Amino acid sequence: MRFKAMTAFAGALAISAVGAANAEPVDDELVINEDVEIVTKTDAPEHMEYIDEVMSGWLFREDDTRDMQRDDFDNPGMLGVEAAMETWDEVDGTAGKACSDCHGTIDEAQLAGARAVYPKWNENAGEVWTIETAMNACRTERMGAEAWDYNGSDMINMSALMSYLSRGMPMNVAIDGPAAETWEKGKEIYYTRYGQLELACANCHEDHYGDMIRADHLSQGQSNGFPAYRLKDAKLVGLHNRFKGCIRDTRAEPFAIGSPEFVALELYVASRGNGLSVEGPSVRN
Amino acid sequence: MKFSRRETLAMGLGAAAIGFMPFRVNASADDAIAAFTGGAEMGEGGITLTAPEIAENGNTVPISVDAPGAAAILVIATGNPTPGVAEFKFGELAGSQSASTRIRLAGTQDVLAIAKMADGSFAKASSTVKVTIGGCGG
Amino acid sequence: MAKGVKPRVKVPKSAAAGDVITIKTLISHPMESGQRKDSDGNLIPRSIINRFTCDFNGTNVIDVTMEPAISTNPYFEFEATVPEAGEFKFTWYDDDGSVYEDSKPISIG
Repeated sequence: MRFKAMTAFAGALAISAVGAANAEPVDDELVINEDVEIVTKTDAPEHMEYIDEVMSGWLFREDDTRDMQRDDFDNPGMLGVEAAMETWDEVDGTAGKACSDCHGTIDEAQLAGARAVYPKWNENAGEVWTIETAMNACRTERMGAEAWDYNGSDMINMSALMSYLSRGMPMNVAIDGPAAETWEKGKEIYYTRYGQLELACANCHEDHYGDMIRADHLSQGQSNGFPAYRLKDAKLVGLHNRFKGCIRDTRAEPFAIGSPEFVALELYVASRGNGLSVEGPSVRN
Repeated sequence: MKFSRRETLAMGLGAAAIGFMPFRVNASADDAIAAFTGGAEMGEGGITLTAPEIAENGNTVPISVDAPGAAAILVIATGNPTPGVAEFKFGELAGSQSASTRIRLAGTQDVLAIAKMADGSFAKASSTVKVTIGGCGG
Repeated sequence: MAKGVKPRVKVPKSAAAGDVITIKTLISHPMESGQRKDSDGNLIPRSIINRFTCDFNGTNVIDVTMEPAISTNPYFEFEATVPEAGEFKFTWYDDDGSVYEDSKPISIG
């Protein structure tokens, strides 16, 4: 009896906390280094049935967290980008090549725009590739180097560099043609309830974005800011790792990082952000 | 859900207890302050501590201190397992007696900044920072 | 020794004599607090940067004593007076005895 009362009390507290919090996304504009304008809010892509306007996770964060992303010096995620810039010029593997041998120097930025269109269909492989898959294919097939751990710091840092090179460009992944099947699969995962809590991605990030889940302000779960420097982890976190955390919290057994399921989900989630600017490396809580 | 009168009363008492419960203050915070001030009285004013009312994550909380004319500023997180945060000593070429950094807070608590003025007097400022513990957040 | 420690500083390239300028510094460092346990339940020993200093032409600007409550990748922002052309010197002192240094010149004009 006493236990029940305490539970009810805790519940009352939680509800009052929700009531007190300003749960709306903020009305704010993001310009990085007083130079790169970021679209954090735009009309939802046509394929989305239940949301009219898509919003970057940046709009759901507190003032101090948002401010850290306005200047690259204040953004600790840039440490990863800088580390990747060094890797870019380092020769690795039996072919004696560095990234720069094929793709040019960082300043030439031949890969500008790549992040915005990934994941995308790879004709030779006959499957949808993430930018991480593509980087590892480069390493193993062209450089004669070992594949990177999908969630390792080398990979996450280089992924952050790919985001940085495309920063400010609109996300624009293709969902038709040969990618359509993978996209449908991703969509199915997005709307499937997982775990003991029986939660689909959509339950939180479509039905309840802007609301508080205990002390967390739910965003639309957009992927345009990844890899993200999470204050919680004090390091850059890759998108699949974030998916994993979300699914684990539904008390389900998550799919593996780099698995076909997460690749499909990444394509679908990225397509929900078509039109938002590539923002990575972002700063999130 | 229905509550008996007794349960409602118990809840009320619980709420009252929480309302009046002070934040956890680590005893060694007092030691750290005493070591800095030598037990001297601390005035108010002359020092500004800027900290967020709500920190989204306790791992990285931005704070700023500013005490024109101070020789040094001590920052204490009264509720941390070890309360010391930083001591800023300003040199001859300091452009102002101010600094910003990012700190770790183990939970909701008062952050304290104490300035040692050039004349040997002390001034303090404090700020309560609520640290949100995610309900989810992967 | 902590791996991959790399300092970054942001200083204007020039200033007028007597100007007050803003300096930002960030150093990549885990700042292991000594409070955390590893997966076997053993306490991970403290390993932090415990002091940061900034000097200009040999005269001190700021001297910071740092505790484990300073976040991973320590960040500082502060102001300095620039009396003449010269060089800012930045020094970080690690618990393990390592010393990391960086410097930035500034001109008057």
